[in-house]
Parts: sequence; structure tokens; C-alpha cells
Amino acid sequence: MLLRHTPKEITERSALMINPAKTCQPIGAMYAALGIHGCLPHSHGSQGCCAYHRSTLTRHYKEPVSAATSSFTEGASVFGGQANMLQAIDNIFSVYEPEIIAVHTTCLSETIGDDLKQIRKKALAEGKIPEGKYMISASTPSYVGSHVTGFSTMVKSMAGLAETTGKKNGKVNIIPGWVEPADMEEIKRVTKMIGVKTILFPDTSGVLNGPLSGEYKMFPDGGTTVAELKSAGDSVGTLALGEWCSADAARELDSKNKVPCKVLDMPFGLKATDRFIDALRTIGGVTVPDELSMERGQLVDMISDMHQYFYHKKVALVGDPDQLIAMTEFLVTLDMWPTHIVTGTPGKAFERRIREITKDLPYTVNVKAAGDMFLLHQWIKNDSVDLIIGNTYCKYIARDEDLPFVRWGFPILDRQGHQYFPTVGYKGAIRLLEKILGVLMDRKDRDEPEQSFELVM
Amino acid sequence: MATMTIKKKKSAQWEPAEVKAELLAKYPPKVARKRAKQILINEALENETPEISANVRTIPGIITMRGCTYAGCKGVIMGPTRDIVNLVHGPIGCSFYAWLTRRNQTDAGADGENFMSYAFSTDMQDSDIIFGGEKKLEKAIQEAYDLFHPRSIAVFATCPVGLIGDDIHTVAKRMKEKFGDCNVYAFSCEGYKGVSQSAGHHIANNQVFRHIVGENDEVKPGKYKINLLGEYNIGGDGFEIDRIFKKCGITNIATFSGNSTYDQFASAHTADLNAVMCHRSINYVADMLETKYGIPWIKVNFISAKATAKSLRKIAEYFGDQEIIDRVEAVIAEEMPAVEAAKKDVLPRTEGKTAMLFVGGSRAHHYQELFAEMGMKTISAGYEFAHRDDYEGREVIPNLTVDADSRNIEEIEVEADATRYKPRKSPEELKALAESGYKFKEYEGLIPDMDKGTLVIDDLNQYEAEKLVELMKPDIFCAGIKEKFSIQKLGVPMKQLHSYDSGGPYAGFKGAVNFYKEIDRLVNSKVWSYMKAPWQENPQLSATYGWE
Repeated sequence: MLLRHTPKEITERSALMINPAKTCQPIGAMYAALGIHGCLPHSHGSQGCCAYHRSTLTRHYKEPVSAATSSFTEGASVFGGQANMLQAIDNIFSVYEPEIIAVHTTCLSETIGDDLKQIRKKALAEGKIPEGKYMISASTPSYVGSHVTGFSTMVKSMAGLAETTGKKNGKVNIIPGWVEPADMEEIKRVTKMIGVKTILFPDTSGVLNGPLSGEYKMFPDGGTTVAELKSAGDSVGTLALGEWCSADAARELDSKNKVPCKVLDMPFGLKATDRFIDALRTIGGVTVPDELSMERGQLVDMISDMHQYFYHKKVALVGDPDQLIAMTEFLVTLDMWPTHIVTGTPGKAFERRIREITKDLPYTVNVKAAGDMFLLHQWIKNDSVDLIIGNTYCKYIARDEDLPFVRWGFPILDRQGHQYFPTVGYKGAIRLLEKILGVLMDRKDRDEPEQSFELVM
Repeated sequence: MATMTIKKKKSAQWEPAEVKAELLAKYPPKVARKRAKQILINEALENETPEISANVRTIPGIITMRGCTYAGCKGVIMGPTRDIVNLVHGPIGCSFYAWLTRRNQTDAGADGENFMSYAFSTDMQDSDIIFGGEKKLEKAIQEAYDLFHPRSIAVFATCPVGLIGDDIHTVAKRMKEKFGDCNVYAFSCEGYKGVSQSAGHHIANNQVFRHIVGENDEVKPGKYKINLLGEYNIGGDGFEIDRIFKKCGITNIATFSGNSTYDQFASAHTADLNAVMCHRSINYVADMLETKYGIPWIKVNFISAKATAKSLRKIAEYFGDQEIIDRVEAVIAEEMPAVEAAKKDVLPRTEGKTAMLFVGGSRAHHYQELFAEMGMKTISAGYEFAHRDDYEGREVIPNLTVDADSRNIEEIEVEADATRYKPRKSPEELKALAESGYKFKEYEGLIPDMDKGTLVIDDLNQYEAEKLVELMKPDIFCAGIKEKFSIQKLGVPMKQLHSYDSGGPYAGFKGAVNFYKEIDRLVNSKVWSYMKAPWQENPQLSATYGWE
């Protein structure tokens, strides 16, 4: 047994977190910053933070992840990190020549009270930021919120680049939230299909799913350009996908640039995608093309074809709030039974949303914000499930409890595909169903007695 | 920098001095001056090893390969201990990133204690930062104790803990006294200390030595008892070395710290020889074990079959009994045919190829022997976090300067233990060994083993790595996960040699065979020929419209 010390009996813990279902803010800020074209993320803290975030993102994507660090020493921690940051700005623009650097703080620089806005002013005054280059910053203390918070905060800083010229650009801003590069690509495909011009930010497609061609581009071709970010202030509206990941940036654009916004769930599954498409066609004043209705129909067809395998199957879920809300709704749509749901990210609103989505089920779901995977495992030990959906760390639970497992979320360190195949939209939902069915049917094929082993399923 | 491709000029045409100049060309003057001292062209001097600048600060903004002190302490040294609850006091990230991400293999053993698949954290919140986190830490230790009743709980400080002044050592001491049957101690391994992981190794080892070693005086069975220091069981390396030890009749009392247990550390003082694998991370523990308990130490290397054989012979020679000498020879004779056969198989495909190694504090040296067995030359190498002695040899230790960063890393002063100190060899025996050329406490470092004209580079960074590959075109590049894919984008295979990307073990005899096969696979993979599509290789339309 891999998690042999996890007891079935659940005891109250108020100080000890075991097997977290979240990580810290800065990695979210780094991931968001990678979605800006020509951007070098910068971690203002000791160099281990940057090393850990780069390593984790690299293991998840199997792609290079460049980011710089202020490399705090004990001296910098006592006297403040301004000197390190100024030196870093100078070196970064000289050696790596990015268009923009996106700096985030860490628990270290936050605890000592470094002020990035003030450091930026000083850098500008000293001419350390070359003409036509940019620096944005986000305050991302690791002891508040989670990686999702850090992502959201950096996306909000990106929105801070938006300018209002008074002349509308006829585009819709789409803030996709923390989804995979493949998902961002899919959102662009769908919006193009509908015929709505968009500014998508951040956009890690073409950045974290690059080709092998014998060339190394430190700044790959993908990413939202600074020009696009600036222009976001002239857009006709903003669709923010996910309250936790994207709403803050959308509201910033609303209040600062008077770009109206609508906050939707992330478009995972049938209904959330329906709402997204419906909002998009309304804002864009366009008709949804038949091709897209066709994709939707295919999804509904697959749900009906395979309904017997989904029906009343119990699912344990762990991940981030926006993703789990949409996924829980999708599972309910399929007549599956989401049973235990944990996010490490704090916020009672999450639990309320999940309870609302699952209120018509004939049982009360176990749901916890600011929970951990140790608790999820204990819940499973007390009330087993047919399926686990979550990040790679779930494999330890899945193996110990001998349960089918679909990898979905962050990080996925041991399987491929998330870079290339989306799970958003109708096509993405079909892929999710394929994955779910795959593990459920493999299990059935493994466990079925020879007498009832079936060719056709 | 934006885009890099391999330049057409053949590597042989680049003089080392030219390469060095190219590496430095783009740097601001201050950076160039600093880096120049860490980039060394290996030239034969008058019986002297050239000096390199090492264990110095990384330059802010220059994308480094290095991690932090916490990573060295919790991640590297204490991570692979299986029956200790490693509790991280801090915001959640540090615990999360060090959770199962190094490929330390573990065997829960007969007692079934194994916490390596768990991550324990106090998950500090802003209120803890403002009002202090000691109460939460105390509560977390209690909750861990109530849930698991472990033999021991280790507490690790992250950056904010030191800044807000939580006294983790007092909390640990109090809980240890309260429990009575659980040793609790803490590590002040805040990420900002020192200049690299190396400081964290030191902090970890000091506390293991202070709080655990010597706790169990029970005499373990075995005739030839050693400790293996600085072996972390990445990809099962330690398992392979233990297999060989067992075959040779050598009893490994404690491995520091691959697949280790509390009791192994506690019994380490009962061994009769310390074999040091990774000089960087642990040579000072070997010194302390000698001073306090009288156990001599030797440098060993189990990376490469030849080095393994040499190390085994060195251990046998130390004990001096014909029994162990014969048994070691028999084991070597038994193991080598498979190694030779594997080598013979790969040699035609690997001979003459070149490698670059930028790992660790010892691995960039150790793995050169393995590459050499495959006929591959290391044209450039360096360490990520080593000190000058790892490059130039232990002779330089007395001359190492203490700076603002190293000053705060504690050096434990030890003296002979009143009851447990016991010289393992008489002065006559030691003299006889010395006269026969046997060397204790000796490590000559990486530089003397590298060819003239090779480049030795300390704390290589991303920019320089890509430049080096671009200019010198090695057949394989070895570093860590962060470097892997930028190098491979250039069409050069990359092997992770900190925590292997996959595979292993690579230590010992079976490990050598695994490595030969792995490197053969990498340098001869067909994938590198697929990088250009037919229409990219020949973009000119040569035919007219139509099928003919």
C-alpha cells in the first residue's frame, strides 16, 4: 500500500495539512505570464521558488519553461530585495531581450514588504526598462489563497495594460482561466467558427505545446501580444470564464476601461459550453453556425449512446474551484453521482456552488474547500466510488483502493495529451467522455467473469 | 537570444578561448567579470590545479539551474528517509513541490513504515505570518503524532518562518519531551540561506548528526560494517549498491540517506568505515564521524563498472581480510562479463561521441567515468552547487574564504565521544595502509580528471547552456529537468542526471549496463532525424504542376 498510514477513521485536523489539493500563488502567476507573447516571468524571491515552479510546469508540459529570479540571499532578506530586482531587470533586458517581464512576489518578498510598483517606478526612472518594453507585477503571497489566486492576480495585472482610446475595436475579450494550451486553442477555434473577433488572454497555446524542429525559441510564437492586451480596453465586452480564475481581471477592465463583462463558468461539459456559446453569439450579434450545432449534437448523441455506463456511477473529484464546478455540473448532466469533492483553494462560495448544482441528487455530497487529498482518501475509504477524477497525485489513492482514475487538472506528471487535446467545448466534452468511458470499460473488462465477458459494449 | 539553432561551424573549429568569449559576449560588464571567474579552460599548469570560483551567489535575473537551501535540506537529504514524518512549516508550496518529485525509490521493509508518499505541511496563512506560526506548528506536530505515532518528526523552516522569527527548535524540543517516544527536531533551512542547495545539505546533515546519530548503541550483526554516505537511491541506485554489498559480505549499517530509516542514522556510529559517494553533500559528516567516533572515511564511486570494482576493492583492502578480498574479487569476476558484453554491444555506436555534464556536486565528475567506458569524451562539465574542493581537490579546503553567505551556515565543532570513540585501526595499521598507497579522506576533484582544453563551468545558466550546445554541438547533454527540453529543442538529446528523468539504476554493475543502453538509445535515436519535414529540407519547387 502506497498510502498505508491513512486511517479510515476521520479525525479533526486544524493545523496539519496532508497531501495538499493546492499549491502556492506564484506558480499560477508564472503560468499566466507564460501566456503573454515575448514575456519572461520573474519570481521575486529566493531562487528555489522559481526552480520549483519551472520544474513543476516543465514536468506537466514536457516543454522548456523560462523564468528568472531575484535570487534572494540572507542579506537581501534583511535589507529588502530592491537592489536584486533592479539588477535583475537590467540583466534580463540585456541578455534575454523579452518584450515584457511579468514579476510576481513570493512569501519571502511579501513578508519583508517589498513594493514592486515602487521598484518599477525606480527602474523606469533609472532607465532600466528599455523604451517600448514593459514590466507588470502581481502581488502573490503564498500564504493567501492558492495557485488559482496567483493566476487570477497575474491575469488582472495583464488587464492593467489595457488602454482606452475611445474607439471600439469590435472585439470580445475572452479570459479563459487556468486551462491547458489545447483548451485555449479550442476556444479560439470555436470563436472563429462563430465569427466573433476576440482577444484571448492569457494564451499559452503555441507556448507550452511547441514543436521539435531543431530550433529553440526562448519566446515561442504563441501568446497574447502586448498590443492585444493594450487593445483590450477598447473591446466591446469581456467574457470571463471562471469566477476564481478570471473574474477579477474582467471586473478590472469593467471599472477601469468601461468594458462590460459577464462572468461564466468554464466551458467544460454540455451546459457550461451551451452558456458560453450562447453568450458569445449574443454579444457578437451572430448566428451560431451549423458546424457547431453539429458538434453539440454529437456530444448529446454520445451521452445517449453510452448513458448506461454513466448512470449513477459515483465519482470522487479533486481540483480547482472553477474546473470542479463545471465538471460537477457535467457529471450531474450525465446522471453520474459526484460524491466527494475537494479543492485545496479556500472559499465557502465553492461549497455553496457545488451544493446548488447537486441539490436534486438523492444524497448529500461531501464537499470541502481548503481541504486536502488525505481527507478525500478517507472519504473514499468510508464510502467508495466508481471513479476518481483529479491530478496525477490521485494515482496513489487509485492504486491503493483499486479504482478507475481519469487524470484531469494540474499537475499531470505521468501522462500525455493535455497539451494537445482540449477538454473544453463540445469536442472537449466528447474527449472527457471518451476518457471516462475508457477507464470504466477497461475496469469492466478486467473484472467481468468469463461467462459475461462481452465483445460489444 | 530569441531564437537559437545549431550553427554550421564544426565544434573542432572553436577554440576553448573563443567559446568562453562567446559565452561572455552578451553580458553586462559586471556579470561578465563575475562569470569569467566561473568559466575555466582546463589547462595544465605547473603541477597545480587551476582555480575556479564556486559556491558564490547566483546573479539576480540570470536564469540559474540552482534551487534553494530548503530544496537541499528537505528535498535531497531528508526526502528519502522513509519512517520520519517530514513536516514543512510554511505556506503550502514548498511542501507541495517536494512531494514525490525526486525519484528516490523506497522499500517500506518489514516494519512497514513509509511516509514518503505523503506531504505534510502547516499550510501557513496570513494570520500565522502576522501573529506567528509557533502555535500552529505545535498543533500540527501533535496532530501528526496522534495520527501516525511515528518514530520521529522532522520540522523544516521555509522562508517566512525565519523572517517572522518562529522558534521552531524550541517547539520541537518541547514536543519531543512531551511525547517521550518520538524524536522531534527542526531544520532552519529557509530558502534564502546560502547560495544554493548545498547549504541545505549542510543544515540537514548537521541536525541528523546532532539529533539522531549515536542514539542506538545496539551492535548490529555483520563482519564488515560500513556506512554509505551521500547516496540518495535515485532510480534505485542505492538498491543496486546494496545488492552488491550483500553479495560481497559487506554490511551497510546506514545509507545517508537513500531509503534510510531513523534507526540507520541512529546506529551509524557502530560502523567501521564510512564510504563517501557524493563528496559535496556530506564530506563534513564523514569528518565528524571520524572525530567523534573514530570511523575513518574513504571516497568511493559506484558510477561506472570500473569505479564500482575499484571502490569495492578499496573497501576490502581497508578491512584487509583475505575473506573479503577474495569475495570482492569473485563478485567482480561474476558481474563483469555482463557489463563487458553490454559495452561491446554499444561501443560501435557510442565511441567517439561527446558529452556535457552539468549536475550536482559530484555527479558531473562521477558520470564521466561511465561515459569514458562507452568511449565518450566529456568536453565540458561543471557543478550546479559544488564548492572549490569538489573541483580542485580537498587540498584547497584550508584556503576557502568564508563570506557573507557561508558564514551563517553552521559548522558543528565535535570532539571525541567520551564513551563511544574507538579508533578502528591502530596507528601501525594506518601507517601500513598509507605506505601501500591507501588513501583516506582524499578527493582530488573534477578538474584533474578532465582533458586539457575542456571547459569547466560552475553554476552554468540557461543562456550559457544553449550557447555551449550551439557552439560545441555535444552528442548528449546532461543536467536537470528545467534544462531538458530547451536543449532537446535544439536536436540534442538530454539526460537528466540529478533525479533521472526515467530509468535507472545507473550505479553499480547492473546500473552501468542500464546506462550504456540508455545513452545508446538517446544518442542514436531516429527522432533527431525527423525535425525537418520533406518540404522544409527542400523548399524549392523543382517540378512543374502535375504528377510526373
